[in-house]
Amino acid sequence: MSDARDQILATIRRARGGNGDAAFHAVAEQRLQLKARGTIPKRVDRGPAALVDLFVEQALTLSATVDRVASPDAVPAAVAEYLARENLPATLRAAPSPEIEAIPWRDRPALTVTFGRSDGHDEVGLTPAFAAVAETGTLMLRSGPDHPTTLNFLPDTHVVVLRASRIVGPYEEGWAMLRAAGAMPRAVNFVSGPSRTADIEQTIQLGAHGPRRLHIVLIEDGDAR
Amino acid sequence: MEATSRSFKDNARHALVDPDLQQALARMKAGFVVNRAAAVARLPEFDKLRDEARAIKDHTLEHLDFYLERFERQVTAAGGHVHWCRTADEARQAILAICRSVDAKTVTKGKSMIGEEIAINDYLEANGITAVETDLGEYIIQLRHEPPSHIIAPAIHVTKKQVADSFYATHRTLDAGRKLDEPRALVDEARAMLRQSYLDADVGITGANFLIAETGSTVIVTNEGNGDLTQTLPKIHIVTASLEKIVPTLEDASTILRVLARSATGQEFSAYTTFSTGPRRAGDLDGPGEFHVVLLDNGRSALLGTELQDILRCIRCGACMNHCPVYGAVGGHAYGWVYPGPMGAVLTPTLIGVEEASDLPNASTFCGRCEEVCPMRIPLPKLMRHYRERAFDRGLMPPLPRLALALWAFLAKRPLFYRWTVGLGVRLLALAGSRRGRFRRLPFAGGWTRHRDMPAPQGKTFQQRWDEAGGAR
Ligand code: SF4
Repeated sequence: MSDARDQILATIRRARGGNGDAAFHAVAEQRLQLKARGTIPKRVDRGPAALVDLFVEQALTLSATVDRVASPDAVPAAVAEYLARENLPATLRAAPSPEIEAIPWRDRPALTVTFGRSDGHDEVGLTPAFAAVAETGTLMLRSGPDHPTTLNFLPDTHVVVLRASRIVGPYEEGWAMLRAAGAMPRAVNFVSGPSRTADIEQTIQLGAHGPRRLHIVLIEDGDAR
Repeated sequence: MEATSRSFKDNARHALVDPDLQQALARMKAGFVVNRAAAVARLPEFDKLRDEARAIKDHTLEHLDFYLERFERQVTAAGGHVHWCRTADEARQAILAICRSVDAKTVTKGKSMIGEEIAINDYLEANGITAVETDLGEYIIQLRHEPPSHIIAPAIHVTKKQVADSFYATHRTLDAGRKLDEPRALVDEARAMLRQSYLDADVGITGANFLIAETGSTVIVTNEGNGDLTQTLPKIHIVTASLEKIVPTLEDASTILRVLARSATGQEFSAYTTFSTGPRRAGDLDGPGEFHVVLLDNGRSALLGTELQDILRCIRCGACMNHCPVYGAVGGHAYGWVYPGPMGAVLTPTLIGVEEASDLPNASTFCGRCEEVCPMRIPLPKLMRHYRERAFDRGLMPPLPRLALALWAFLAKRPLFYRWTVGLGVRLLALAGSRRGRFRRLPFAGGWTRHRDMPAPQGKTFQQRWDEAGGAR
């Protein structure tokens, strides 16, 4: 298929009239280096505490639910209460990440927590969030050995543990954090509320193929920043 | 799919008297149009972002070879493969070869307009591979053996009763007495039925809303989560994308994403926006073992440097069709191929030939709404006019722009609506009448009597539905 490749590239170059000299390519190369940002909406122009509030407000309008807790120690109780409230089993399939493993799950012996990917039989998945974007109430999830992607999509309920210090204004801040953390992961999932569809007579239904519920446990560690 | 764009006028005539379709189109106005306006009103920077989005694509198209080569390099560096395909046939063969390499029996599919463009499902089926659409709308039309009628809401023309009928006929293992009256029950049934398909599939095929040159990533934007299940669970992930989907950086994609969902459904951001880069990494517990990008040209590179280059900025948001009075009257199937509405009227003749689709650029009142709402500021009326002139020059112009006349007849019988739409009507008349005086010699009366025989439309008037929808502006 290298014929096809050459021919397509030749057609493109012909349309431009020539092969494109070094200076021409330098413009594009520079753009890749600069990673210039477009207009950032004014709504994210605010301090860290107000960004957290904006994130929560936006997430709620997307039909996510949010619990604000003071520290990682408070997470097991918050999760257990959420599951009881929603009439869900007290069994979690969780991402094997240091951050999630460090949560004192044993404080709540009634909660069963196992770690690993989902095989499609888990009712509740629990993952960390790499970051969150206040602009639209969007979670930014990064795949890796410590965060299997199946946990984001297969379980009926997705519980996400998010540190307030990881909340940024626009998507671009999320990319900056991701680049600082290393190479582009296999998957970056931006998640805005639970799964939904309007494919039947334009009426919105939650829980199309992905999770029916998205619950965010927000750890208020904002001062640590 | 077999294109029926040639019969646009007949298609349109049937569409105008189909009560289910007319109801669905009214719902579309109430939903997409109103929601988009609200989303735009909430973002004061919207118009500025549109200018920037246009500039990003213009720059990218100007340096397309550079960015495509960089994209390929980055995909390869991440352990993936790029397959360059000049034609639909080359793309089909590339996909089949990948499927055969793992002896695939079933393939799940996320929504992909390129998949429709190259008719991949039929091809795979003909080669003994079952293809299962997983987007609910696509699943419904697959069961009905229909093409999509809208680029983001493929089953927008189907009523819930019709969906229920398809489900009763297809899901034979379930209790025949079950109730499927409500959308909730239908969604739950599709969810349950498709679950196993995701887990069983050997290959998952998705489209791409963007390709990122900087990182070699492909991007899908969905609400259901089906695309993510499709690409995460099978052994192989194949991305089908046309080459103009490329943008330079993650920042550039972010700028365009700000206008995409707002223009499409009126959401600020879709539920799932996923950036995929290569196959499963060392230590990963899930994800596909292979990652392939089937990069399709299919005539697009030939548009570069021509008057039609602007259509390559299209991000397939659907806003132009949602706001189009012609699409709103006849729906998507009338356009006879995979891309309907104003963007389809420009793209279809490009992809399947002016001869096959010479009516489509006439399916316009030149009211200009499509260009007003297009997030990428594509001058759609100008591009349609370009095709009309080309078709005229090549002697392909139909004896009369019959559709325009049919619509005018429909409007003219409704004085109130006519008054509202007087500006529109005037343009229709102009279109039906004369362009540079050359139609005056054409036999007007024959066309007129033909369309007087058109059956009277059933159900509510256009105007009532318009009011229910709260108006379009
Ligand atoms: S032409 Fe513009 S409005 Fe129409 S689908 Fe493309 S980007 Fe959207």
